[in-house]
Amino acid sequence: MELFTNQVLAGIATGAIYACMALAVVMIYQAIDHLNFAQGEMAMFSTFISWQMMQWGIPYWGAFVLTLAFSFAGGIVIERLLFKPLAKAPILTNVAGFIALFAIINSVAGLIWDFTIKQYPTPFGSSPFLGSQLISTHQAGMIGVTVLLLILLFFFFQYTRIGLAMRAAASLPESARLVGINTSWMIALGWGMAAAIGSIAGMLIAPVVFLEPNMMGGVLIYGFAAAVLGGLTSPLGAVIGGFLVGIFENLAGTYIPGVGNELKLPIALALIITVLVVKPAGLFGRPIVKRV
Amino acid sequence: MSAVEDVVTEAPAVEAVPKRAMTLGFGTSLVMLALLLLVPLFVKNFIIFQLTMLLIYGLAVLALNILTGGSGQFSLGQSAFYAVGAYTSAILMEHADMNYALTLPIAGIICFAFGFLFGQPALRLSGVYLALATFALATAMPQLLKLGFFEHWTGGVQGLVVTKPDAPFGLPMSQDMWLYYFTLAITVGIYVASVNLLRSRSGRAFMAIRDNEIAASAMGVDVALYKTLAFGVSAGITGVAGGLGAIAVQFVAPDGYTITLAISLFLGMVVGGVGWLPGSIVGSAFIIFVPNIAEGISKGLSGAVFGVLLFLVIFLVPHGARQVAMVAQQLIGKLKK
Repeated sequence: MELFTNQVLAGIATGAIYACMALAVVMIYQAIDHLNFAQGEMAMFSTFISWQMMQWGIPYWGAFVLTLAFSFAGGIVIERLLFKPLAKAPILTNVAGFIALFAIINSVAGLIWDFTIKQYPTPFGSSPFLGSQLISTHQAGMIGVTVLLLILLFFFFQYTRIGLAMRAAASLPESARLVGINTSWMIALGWGMAAAIGSIAGMLIAPVVFLEPNMMGGVLIYGFAAAVLGGLTSPLGAVIGGFLVGIFENLAGTYIPGVGNELKLPIALALIITVLVVKPAGLFGRPIVKRV
Repeated sequence: MSAVEDVVTEAPAVEAVPKRAMTLGFGTSLVMLALLLLVPLFVKNFIIFQLTMLLIYGLAVLALNILTGGSGQFSLGQSAFYAVGAYTSAILMEHADMNYALTLPIAGIICFAFGFLFGQPALRLSGVYLALATFALATAMPQLLKLGFFEHWTGGVQGLVVTKPDAPFGLPMSQDMWLYYFTLAITVGIYVASVNLLRSRSGRAFMAIRDNEIAASAMGVDVALYKTLAFGVSAGITGVAGGLGAIAVQFVAPDGYTITLAISLFLGMVVGGVGWLPGSIVGSAFIIFVPNIAEGISKGLSGAVFGVLLFLVIFLVPHGARQVAMVAQQLIGKLKK
């Protein structure tokens, strides 16, 4: 039983990261209806920026805030320069654009910081949390930050004018434009926020997986899985999906014989395909309705 | 109505292509064929090998093009079918001592069945969801091939070594050159068959589904059957390409068929022009040669150079080689007047 609780808690902790990535994926999906395949690389790059700042002697939280600002600006710049011109291009062209962005960021990060693994500090420490052996303070911190982020986003979208404007621009762009919302900048804002959320995920997972240019590959796939599981149209669903995928991954690795670490990924993906086949809209998403 | 629903109802995955625009003119095709026939006589063995790979990837891109350009379904999982084809050929050649040429149809049939079966659950998915499901398949494939359960056949992580065939009937050519002409013959055969397939009743059914699924089913097209059939045909051709690839590279190993391959094939299709079959060979040239060029420009930044080149292509010609070909055609038309 203790093993079970342990695995569930560890699953929730890693799930927090997937939840952050899924949130970032959903933010961009809401804004432009595409899955951003370069999301993980953007997060990785931001994490390197924060690491570099800490090397220069800036304290953790200072670097954290500066990195958020940098990622936010970076997300907007990428949207303005590269993806705004592609807005009218076919979907497939957009996917190719994301892949190109992936290749560029990965390669540039590799050139600047090279491919060796680096230690990354945690602000929460790694002692046992509240005296229990089950999770460490860092894992508890990851969960806390994710939940806090979700609450902030909820208030942002529900109670601020600009949050309302972003929702309007995402659901009915033309009507939103008619009431005077600058939809094009709302999309850029969505990109900026997604990049910032992604960078939080990167900075939280870096102490666990260590810092290197390819660190986000697996995390992004789980993030997609979480977003799809929870429903691509629902930020809350994305977070819950993230936790569920984290728990499932850990339990499958522990209890299904022959799975181990090697097959964790295929098993999680098999779960996703099953969910998609049974309930394509995800757990919390709106079902897609076709109008003839 | 929300944005998601709008996208689903209003934008088909691939915009409609006039049917005649899917192929090359007869004259241009002959010139291309003559070039492909003659070039190997004048170049070195290594370049012949690269040309062989060009044709093989061209076949795989063509297969994806039938699926996406023809029936409007995404796939980021072509590397999985390619891997199954490659392993089928390799296992039959090494464990059953079968002739290399005979293994290809078997690889094709097995992949057809695999693709057809995979198409069943995929039926319920569209757009991003299908992209994601196929992506999952491609990610899982290398790990499945490494499983201890299959190790006796697949050689596990080590993979299998395949012997390269000699030219038959004592023909005076090198192994590479024979393999090139062998691949060329198969490629031309499959290309002609694909063009005819898209012109046939089934091809029209594919395109009807691509343009408007509901209208197609109202016209009496069996949507489920034709969607899975498109998956099957695409997987089958990819399997033949995989088998040829195994023979050409003389080696199969799980890590040769990762998601990177699936992404390359996808890029090849976009660069070549979605739904334009001759573009497949252009796309295949892009994915084979551009990484080399990028490496030549800057070793440390090859990924970045590749990405920038890709961005240039999609900014300048978002419809790929098809767009270039159409502009060229118009120019020639003007010159004639």
